[in-house]
Amino acid sequence: MADEEVKLLSTWSSPFCLRVVWALKLKGIEYEYIEEDLTNKSTLLLQYNPVHKKVPVLVHNGKPVCESFVILEYLDHIWKQNRILPDHPHDKAMARFWANFGDDKLLHLFTMTAIKHDKEKEEAFEAVLECLKALEEEVKGKKFFGGEEIGLVDLSIGWLVNLGSLFEETADLKMLDENRFPSLVKWIDRFSKAPIIKDEWPPRDKLALRLHLALESLK
Amino acid sequence: MAASDVKLLGAWPSPFVMRARIALNLKSVEYEFLEEKFGSKSDLLLKSNPVYKKIPVLLHHNRPICESLIIVQYVEETWTSGPSILPSDPYDCAIERFWAAYVDDKFFPSLVGIAKAEGEEKKAEAIEQTKEMVVLLENAFKECSKGGEFFGGERIGFLDIALGSLVGWVRAVESMNGFQLSDKETTPGLARWAERFCTHEAVKEVMPGTEKLIEFGKMLLSKLPPTN
Repeated sequence: MADEEVKLLSTWSSPFCLRVVWALKLKGIEYEYIEEDLTNKSTLLLQYNPVHKKVPVLVHNGKPVCESFVILEYLDHIWKQNRILPDHPHDKAMARFWANFGDDKLLHLFTMTAIKHDKEKEEAFEAVLECLKALEEEVKGKKFFGGEEIGLVDLSIGWLVNLGSLFEETADLKMLDENRFPSLVKWIDRFSKAPIIKDEWPPRDKLALRLHLALESLK
Repeated sequence: MAASDVKLLGAWPSPFVMRARIALNLKSVEYEFLEEKFGSKSDLLLKSNPVYKKIPVLLHHNRPICESLIIVQYVEETWTSGPSILPSDPYDCAIERFWAAYVDDKFFPSLVGIAKAEGEEKKAEAIEQTKEMVVLLENAFKECSKGGEFFGGERIGFLDIALGSLVGWVRAVESMNGFQLSDKETTPGLARWAERFCTHEAVKEVMPGTEKLIEFGKMLLSKLPPTN
């Protein structure tokens, strides 16, 4: 696909952008990375994503695609090598379910453990453990959530690797316990070191500061 | 395919359940509808959707699929002989997925916000915010329909199902709060589309009447915990 022009409007700290970067690299798609300063949004960003004004935005031959899951499905639709989604409709449905779960439920609950106090924090903590238990069952006996190869769920829940421990530090709570969730913790280690994946992790100290600022703004 | 191979756990008022039913109807799939009783969750539901404990849940060969838009995509991908629900063009597909996510992440919560808003000022704010979203959806309709009757063009598609399933509740909330979100002057495309959607073969049997939804809505509001 030599004539395809692909750009990605992104920001280094965003887990939603990171999953798209991974997907582009796993598929060997050449693209132009454009770093956005979200405190000073570019005209390009406002033009390509007027509805949400957020990153990531994939621009393919001048046409924008917004929302990370929409982008991942789009990439899989066009670039058939190294598929992100499984072939069978049932497996596809399960992949979509767990990917959404990662954002809608788990990420939200981790955030709550870090910004809430007392009873609300305790409840969020218990709920996180329930979620991690579900993920433990899902990844047990598998190399990756996607099976032998990295798939949609791995890319979507990848933030557990770097943000997971940062949330634990901020909340002062141990959640990713290798005794309770041995398969999940093994997956974290395996995924963090996987080829291509491992080259894209943002610097931890910078990310810790960025997360701190983001959480402060939510309190 | 025998009806017993396909079951849908749901409830008549739920727009999310409606999405699954419309998709199954479009593909002419026979299914058994298992109505959940309001206020309680069956053992089958708790077993089939332990993560969210919510309807709809599609059971195909006893394997559960949860989350309404995931179910719609599953129906599309499994019953391939029926009319397509998603466009074949990847970009058009992405646009429909984008707006469907918008409906769930922004529009629906905003609509619920109108119903739950307390006091005239908060209600007016919620209505204004939702009206702005409807303007965006009108533009999305122009872009997606390409002159056709539906977001999907000449036939009902993914985004029609995602947004159309809410039309009954939009009408109920409008009636209960004395305003209009969409009308023939401000959003002519959507106004015409809503009529066509609700009278479509695959929709009309599963879209409850506005009066019935209003009654149900009032009951739901009466059960909300009081805010101080």
